[in-house]
This record gives sequence, structure tokens and C-alpha cells, in this order.
Amino acid sequence: MSWTEDQPMVSVRDVHKSFGELEVLKGVSLDVMKGEVICIIGPSGSGKSTLIRCINALNDIQQGSILVEGIEVHDKHLDKLELRKKVGMVFQQYNLFPHKTALENVMMAPIRVLKENKDDVEKSARALIKKVRLEGKENSYPGELSGGQQQRVAIARSLAMKPDVILFDEVTAALDPETVNEVLVTIKDLAEEGMTCILVTHEMGFAREVADHIYFTDRGVIVEHGKPATFFDEAKDPRTKEFLSQIL
Amino acid sequence: MTTRNYKTDLPVMMPVDGKPKNRPRFRLKLWHGAVLLGICLLSPTLSFAQSDAGQASVLEVLLRWMPLLLKGFIFNLVISVFAMAIGTGVGAMLGLGQISLHGWVRKLAWAITQFFRNSPWLVLLFFAMFLLPFQLRIGGVTIPLPDWLKAIIGLSLPVMANVSEIVRGAVTSLPSGQWEAAESLAYSRRQTLWLVILPQCVKRMLPPWMNLYSILTMATVLASIVGVSEVMTLTGQALAAEGGRTDLLAPFYSFVLIIFFIYCYPIARWTVYLEKKFAVKG
Repeated sequence: MSWTEDQPMVSVRDVHKSFGELEVLKGVSLDVMKGEVICIIGPSGSGKSTLIRCINALNDIQQGSILVEGIEVHDKHLDKLELRKKVGMVFQQYNLFPHKTALENVMMAPIRVLKENKDDVEKSARALIKKVRLEGKENSYPGELSGGQQQRVAIARSLAMKPDVILFDEVTAALDPETVNEVLVTIKDLAEEGMTCILVTHEMGFAREVADHIYFTDRGVIVEHGKPATFFDEAKDPRTKEFLSQIL
Repeated sequence: MTTRNYKTDLPVMMPVDGKPKNRPRFRLKLWHGAVLLGICLLSPTLSFAQSDAGQASVLEVLLRWMPLLLKGFIFNLVISVFAMAIGTGVGAMLGLGQISLHGWVRKLAWAITQFFRNSPWLVLLFFAMFLLPFQLRIGGVTIPLPDWLKAIIGLSLPVMANVSEIVRGAVTSLPSGQWEAAESLAYSRRQTLWLVILPQCVKRMLPPWMNLYSILTMATVLASIVGVSEVMTLTGQALAAEGGRTDLLAPFYSFVLIIFFIYCYPIARWTVYLEKKFAVKG
């Protein structure tokens, strides 16, 4: 079955995931169309991060199905490298390679993994660094950059692989308040360009502004989902209401 | 660090005296070693001014034997360098074996590492000495295996096991985020290891590796027990040649102690320096 753009780019069906005895995901389903931005929100420990880590096979699942452009992720014979060329990921702790400069961090994967021409890669890497508004920081090492700057390099690094969808795992949670916005602006730019984004976030204002669809998870299930306006103003489930009342 | 310049009226905890305590520490310099050497050489000489007039003074005797002893010491260094090289090469492979995804490779590497890490160096040396043949015949070519070569092999075994643990420890001490970031960029495991993980490990491995080298250098004198003509063997022979004069024992062995100290102490200082430097930069 080949994937076409009228089908969901990412389709999660009844996913169960356990760490030992602890069941973290208890039958989660969601769909993401090409160009859509979805935000997954919910209390800590509700399985949000686990869910998106399953999408690029950083975590395996015990039951259910995850299709990314028609590729079944829950498959023993899955070519993880092919999957991960399509799915980018940005982490809470940035996870830049500390022994490489910002530019090298962005250039490494296209050169080594995609085997692209070095000069072309450098050209596009510089463009990406400019895009995340870090011109002049190309030769800085991650240790010399602020959290917000590192996170933007991490976004550029992910974009350099030209992924079809990017997973953002609480990317602003470790940042100083004053640098959160610069990262959110960068993500918003991407969203406006039509990049498919799946975000786990605690930034409700941001979620409301950029998301096409919001999912609320609690204790391993999706409690409620909907368009931002309806979700935030007309939440139905008491758990959602309680969560929103604590956070807004 | 600029954080010490804060001023506040709020009742917050401040460092007791605002300045980090920088205790002046006694540090050995090379010339301290020279002084020690001088004392060791002179004290018995003076005490023997009253001994038999017919005997050469201790200093004279020591100076006469010194070139030979230093040659012996250089031989110790040669043994240490080669044992370290072999041990590091094989040990690095064992260490990578310990983090292999193949269960049996991992278990085998682990078992070898544990075995040689928990064996006395001297026993391993004896094993190498008496179990390895004195020559190898490959095809028509005969390769002699002299004692010093066997000593190198014998000493490289514990080095290998320790390097294996250093490698494994450094790799597992890196935050898992580095693996995940590389994986999510579609790096293969091999690429992750060679491009991301190992380059960062070198820094972490260097201080313990140098420490190990220092220990190995000091352990090379074990080779004297199995008859390799290194500095300890030669010292014993020199003393015997001088007719077993008891007044020579202390100066001769002090001399050996001091040349080892002069060689190993800078390595130890450098290791500490590197540890501090890397600790700050992370």
C-alpha cells in the first residue's frame, strides 16, 4: 500500500506501550495530515513524550500500529534509518554534539547519512542557521551558546535532513523564560511554511496559536481532542477542565 | 565565572568569605627530585668516610654503574610503552565488544575483561613467561620470543583488561541523549559510535588511561623476577659485582626509586591537570 497525500502522514492506531509492568500508553490513536501542526498536552507522566518517541522508533510498542507515510513502525523488520530520514526530532535537552560547532552539527548528518555533496550541504546549512536567526554563530560550540540558541541549532540540524515531519519533545521546557519565545517563533515559522509538526508542549498560548489540532492525554489515554478554539473554550471532559484550570 | 560579583540586600546565603579557598599547595618540582637524589647519594658517602680506606666511596661506585642502570631503566620504559600500546589496542576492541549489540560478543568480552582485571599482574607475567614458547615457527620462518617480548605480552594482559573497562565506562557515562539525537538523525549504530560517542569519550578516557600507564611503568620491575635484564635485575647484578657491600644497598635502590619517581610524577600531575580541565569544560 503506497501512501498518498490525502491519507494521514502519521497514523497512530490503538498503541500500547509498557515499560516492564508499567503501562504508559493504553490504546492511543491519532492522525496527522501533511502540513498539519498538532500539539499534545497533558500532565507529567501521561505518556506524551513516550508517544512521540514511538513515532520515530526510539521506543518500541507492544501493540497497535503506527504508520508514517505508509511505513509500519511496529514491525520487526522495520528499516529504522529509512524511517528516521523522514521523521526529524528535537529534544528537550537539545542534545547537540558538544564536540562539533553549530555549523558542523547541522552539516554532519546530511554528509554522513544522506551522502550529499559537502559544498552543497554547507551552503544549505548556512542558510538554515540564518533561518533560525543564528547568523554569526556558525563556528560556536554548543557550550558557548545559550539554551535557546542551542535549541534553534537543534532545529536547524533536524531540518537539514529535510524531514517530512518533525517531532518536538517539550523543546522549551528546559529553557530560561526569556529564551522560550525565540524558539517558539522559529517553530511558528516552520508551521507557517507548511512543515508537519507534532509537538509535546506545556506552552498553552503557543499551542492555541499554532496548532491545527490539540490532543489532551492523561494516564496513557487521549481524553479529549479538538480544534484549539473549541478545545480551550469548550472542554467537555472533567479531567481536561481540571488540567486547563490549573495551567491557564 | 562572574557570579561572584553579585550584590544584594536580601538575606540570601553568601559564600562565607566571598572568595574560593585557594590553599597554597606544596607541589613537587623536578629540582626537588634532584635534591632528594643528592641527599640519598651523599648521606651514605659521608657515613662511610670512616670505613675501610681501600674501598671506593659509595658515590664513585654508583656513578660507575649509573650508565648501565639508566640503560636498564630505558629498557623498562620500552617494555612499558609496548605493553601499553598492545594493551590499549586490544583493550579498546574488548571495550567495544563489551557494548556490542550481540549478546555473545558482549558476554565474551566481559568475561575476558573481568578475568584479566582480577588477576595479579605477577601471575599473568609468570604465565606469559612459562607458557609462551621461546620461539615461534610459522612456515619455515622461526621467530624467537625473547624474555623481554614475553614480559611485554604478559604485562599487556592486565593493561588490556583495564583499558577495556575504561572504554566501556566512558561510553556508558555519556548521556543517552547523545545516542538518541544521533539515532533520530538516522545515523547507523556504527556511525553513532565513531562520529558522536567515541570522539567525546577520548577526553574522558585520557586521565584514567595515563594513570594506568603510570601504574604499568612502575610494574615493569616485576619483569626482574622472571629474569629480564631491566633496571632491578641490573641493580642486583651490580650490587653482587661489588661484592655485596651492604652500604651500597640503600643508595642503589634509592637511585632506582628516584628515577621512577622523576618519570612517573609528571605524568600524575599532568593527569590531575587534565582531569580538572575537562571537568570544567564538560
